[in-house]
Amino acid sequence: MVSLETEFAGIKMWNPTMLASGFLDETGGSLLRVYREGAGAVVTKSIGPEPREGYANPTIVELDVGMLNAVGLPNPGMVEFEREVKIALEGGALVIGSVFGKDAAEYALVAERLASYGVPAIELNLSCPHAKGLGTEIAQSLDAVQEFTRAVKDAVDVPVFPKLSPNVSNIAAYGIAAEKGGADGIVAINTVKAMAISPDLKMPLLANKYGGLSGPAIRPVGVKAVYDLYDAVDVPLVGVGGIVSGRDALEYLMAGASAIQIGTALATGGLGVFDRVKKEMSSVLEEIGAKSVKDVIGVAHE
Amino acid sequence: MNRLQVVPLLDVVRESHHTTSYRFRADIGGEPGQFVMVWIPKHDELPMALSYLGPVKGFTVRDYGDATHALMSFRPGERIGIRGPYGNAFRLEGEELLVVAGGVGMASVVAAIEAFVQQGAHITTALGARTAEELLFVDRATAAGETHLATDDGSRGFHGLAPALAERLMDRHAFDLILTCGQEKMMQLVVDAARKRDIPVQASIERYMKCGIGICDACAFDDRLVCVDGPVFTGEDLVASEDFAKFRRDKTGRRIPV
Repeated sequence: MVSLETEFAGIKMWNPTMLASGFLDETGGSLLRVYREGAGAVVTKSIGPEPREGYANPTIVELDVGMLNAVGLPNPGMVEFEREVKIALEGGALVIGSVFGKDAAEYALVAERLASYGVPAIELNLSCPHAKGLGTEIAQSLDAVQEFTRAVKDAVDVPVFPKLSPNVSNIAAYGIAAEKGGADGIVAINTVKAMAISPDLKMPLLANKYGGLSGPAIRPVGVKAVYDLYDAVDVPLVGVGGIVSGRDALEYLMAGASAIQIGTALATGGLGVFDRVKKEMSSVLEEIGAKSVKDVIGVAHE
Repeated sequence: MNRLQVVPLLDVVRESHHTTSYRFRADIGGEPGQFVMVWIPKHDELPMALSYLGPVKGFTVRDYGDATHALMSFRPGERIGIRGPYGNAFRLEGEELLVVAGGVGMASVVAAIEAFVQQGAHITTALGARTAEELLFVDRATAAGETHLATDDGSRGFHGLAPALAERLMDRHAFDLILTCGQEKMMQLVVDAARKRDIPVQASIERYMKCGIGICDACAFDDRLVCVDGPVFTGEDLVASEDFAKFRRDKTGRRIPV
């Protein structure tokens, strides 16, 4: 029997699959349900200090190769979210809190609040506009990645995992910046900037005009990002982007990820995707003679 | 994935005071009770039950907000976006059916009434609205079976709520399945009355949605999703629910009273 256990930055998971932030994670009931369906951990919707409605619909576009979204960070706010996190934690789920804010102090404030609810780790959604008006996302400024990570690290005692954007020329440099900021691990990748236009109506489909692409189309982008980060940093990695199957998950593990996240596949495969990924992962590991998930982390570099 | 189709409106039909149907041709399938996400360009995208099935499909809208109001100005030939169909469907698990619908809720069950009569069911409809002008699809219900009307103001039919009328019908006739759609407090009365008589009931629930495909969590209903686990829920589901007729989620995800 192959062992699916994984451990990184002090987080022990009975299997390496996690629910990616932004999917079925705004309510305690859904977080717990996904955990009970077989995810090793669940990441919450990105939470800010105040309730936020997000963008107008259409907020998602279904594509042949994945999904485009510009949801605009809707969330009930950190105060109201206590109820949801506690439902999931009390139900036994391993819940990682995802946070965002308008500046480093807000990130720290929300992270501290979520940590006080009992989440064992914090993920930083750095794909938010930069408050200092640099015209970029936080994730596109090396200084900001380091500064925001440091601010949260100083505020909480739990591990902190910045989530990096693929919309940069050299993601490894951003990994190093995160590491300098004290990151305990790095999550890669967030969505790839993208757009879809209706030829019939001569206008973008998303109300926000552009958004982020997820799903199978971005998997090779994510695998390369994890591969590059593995060479550049010492902290553990969590791979995310387009995973639908166990083989997809193994690509990320072999590129250097200690765990993986699944999101868009829920739209095409439903909640059963976690079990299917685990089953295929186990059988492929057995075929190649590996005894455990831990045995294959980063092996593509050898 | 279910690609969005941009389609011209075939016709725009005023159905009752406040409600209008928009019909289009789209090769998307669809079962009674399912819904589509309707893109009203430049305004919004909203979940809408399919009130017409077949080669020409349609949905029926109550003018209640900015986007639905904008839709009122759309004329035949103008284009909208459609993706779907989504969600589960009403299931024909009986022969003697009672349908209890209130207001624009009739739009979610009228396709089931017609489809199930075709499949051999005998259907009685208790159709309610605030006033006579707001009664929806009286003609379609009447063509399909016995139809009883109720209005809150007594301007037509039974003076009172549809569930009260429905309860009288339940006492007179042995139904083996009840379908319902309308305001949640109304459906709660129907569910309670049906459960008291051990009659299975299926109810169509409405919630705010963003994705329609089971990922965004906006339509969370207890630990389920109205978009993929619903919109049709059984009486057992609803009796066990902590949200039914009590709580919904606003656009931020906060849990607020219905």
